[in-house]
Amino acid sequence: MRTLKWTTTGLTLVFLVAPLLVIAIVSVNENRYMDFPPQGLSFEWYWALWTDLGWRSAILTSLTVASLGALVAVAIATPLAYVLRAYRIRLSPLLYALGILPFMLPPVISALGAQVFWNAADHAGRIENVIIAHGIFFSTLPLITISLAMETMDPALPEAAQTLGANPRTTFRTITLPLLVPSMITGYAAAFVLSLNEYIIAFLVAGFSVQTLPIKIFNGIRYGFTPTIASVAVVFIVIAATVFSLFAVFGNLLRFLGADPAILERNDA
Amino acid sequence: MSDRKPTHGTYAVLAVPVTMLVVFFLVPFGIMVASSFYHRVEGGFYTPAFELNSWRRLFTEVFIERAVFSIGISLLAGAVCIAVAFPFTFFLTRMKRRPHVALLVVVMSALSLSEVIVGFTWSVLLGRAAGISNILVWLGVMDEARAYQPGFVAVLLGLCYIAFPYCVLTLYPSLSRLDREVTEAAQTMGASPWRTFWTVVVPISRPIIVAGFLLVFVFTLGSYLISAILGRPEHWTLSVFISDQASFNANVPFAAAMAIFLTVLSLAVVGVVTVVESRTRRLT
Repeated sequence: MRTLKWTTTGLTLVFLVAPLLVIAIVSVNENRYMDFPPQGLSFEWYWALWTDLGWRSAILTSLTVASLGALVAVAIATPLAYVLRAYRIRLSPLLYALGILPFMLPPVISALGAQVFWNAADHAGRIENVIIAHGIFFSTLPLITISLAMETMDPALPEAAQTLGANPRTTFRTITLPLLVPSMITGYAAAFVLSLNEYIIAFLVAGFSVQTLPIKIFNGIRYGFTPTIASVAVVFIVIAATVFSLFAVFGNLLRFLGADPAILERNDA
Repeated sequence: MSDRKPTHGTYAVLAVPVTMLVVFFLVPFGIMVASSFYHRVEGGFYTPAFELNSWRRLFTEVFIERAVFSIGISLLAGAVCIAVAFPFTFFLTRMKRRPHVALLVVVMSALSLSEVIVGFTWSVLLGRAAGISNILVWLGVMDEARAYQPGFVAVLLGLCYIAFPYCVLTLYPSLSRLDREVTEAAQTMGASPWRTFWTVVVPISRPIIVAGFLLVFVFTLGSYLISAILGRPEHWTLSVFISDQASFNANVPFAAAMAIFLTVLSLAVVGVVTVVESRTRRLT
C-alpha cells in the first residue's frame, strides 16, 4: 500500500508538472525554433510580450474583458444570492437553477446563443458582447460562493440590527453586505481567472474583431510556433501558482476546497 | 434565515439579475432553437423559415459517427480520470500538512491553466521538436525523434489533464470527511490496508465516484481546444464540430441543431448527477 501510495502520487505529479517544465525550458531557448536540448539562454521572448504590439493589445483586451466580465458576474450573482437566501420566494429553486444553468452546459451552447443573439440585434463583433457573455456564463461562480456565505451567516446578526432599530436597507448595508464581501471577492477572482482563459465564447461572439489572449495564442499555434507563446504560458502558470500559494499560506485553501477542518491536525498527529 | 416575507422592493432587487439572465441567456437560447429551423443560404447567411433540413442532418452517418466518438472519448476520459484521481485524492487526504498543501497548490495551478495552454504544452511534449522523444534520444534510449500528436492518445491525455483537477476537487471534500474510525476498525479486525481500500473505502464512496465520473464526462464533452489542437479532424469533439459549422462553414442552422442535441445530452447527465447526489445526502 505504501508503494502504491508513492507511485500513484509521484506519477500523477509528473503528469501534472511535466508539460509545465518542458514549456518553461522552451520559453528561454535562444533559438527562434523549438529544439531540444535548448541552444543558449534568452529572456527576449518574455520581453517581446510587452514590446510586440499584437501581444500587448491581446493582453490588454483579455484583462479588460476579464475584469469587467467578472464585475458583471458579481453584479448578477449578489442580488440573486441575497434575495433567494434571505426571503421566502416561491420560485426560488427555479431561479437558482437559472443562475447555475449557463455554466452547467458546455460553453459552446452559450457561445452559439450569444452569437445568434447579437447577429439578430445587428450588433455583432463588439467587445461589450464578450464582456456580457462572460458575465452571464461565469455568474454561477459568485452565485455559489455568495449563496454559501449566506447559508453559513449567523442569522442573529441581522436580527440584532433590526431589533436595535435599523431598517432592512440599513441592515443590509451595514451588516449583511460587509459579511458577504469575502465571498464576493472569491467569486470575482474565480470568474476573472476563468474568463482570462476562456476561448470558445470569446471566439464565436467576436473572435474576428476582438482578439483576446487565448484567441491570439490559438492563432499563433495554428500559423506556426513562436517561443513567445511558451513565455505567455509560463507567465500564466507562475501567476496561478503564486495566487494559490498565497491563498494556501494566508487564506484557508483547505477549508475553501471543502476539507474537514480537523483533517491536518489528525494527519500530523 | 429564509423566512422573511418578500416585499415589492425585494422583487425589484430580484428583477435586475433575473432580467439579465433571461435577456442574455434564455432569449439567445430561444433564438438558437428557432434558428435551427431557419433556411441556410449559401455564403454564410440564414433566413427565417421552418425547415427540418438541419435536424435531418443529425441522422446522417457523419454526425452520428461524430456524436458517438465524442461521447465515447468523454466516457473514456471520465473512467481514466476517476481511476487515477480516486486513489490520488485518498492518499492526499491522509498526508501531513506540507505535502498536502503543496500538492493542492499544484492541482489548483493545473486547474487554472487555460485549455489553449494545456493543448499547447502537450503538443510540444508529444511533438518531434522538443518533447519526450527528444529527451529519450538525448538520453540514448531512442534512435530518432517521433511525433505522438496529432492522435487519439494525445487527445485523451489532454482531456484527462484538463479534467483531472476538477475530478480531484469533487472527490476531495467527501474523502477528507471519510470517518477514520471506519478504516481503522477494518484494520483492527485484521484487514490489510489494500483490502480495506477495496472493501471499505471504495464501496462507501460509490456515489461520489459516480458523480465525479459524470462531471468529467460533461466537462470533456464541452471541451473545444484540446481536440482542435491535439487531434486530427476525425478526433474532433462535438464542440469543435459545432463552432466550426458556426464560424468557418457558416452554417448556423446546422450548428444550432447540434448544439440543442448537446444541451439535451448534458442536461440528462446533470440530471443523473443531481439524483445521485440527493440520494447520497439522504443517506448521510
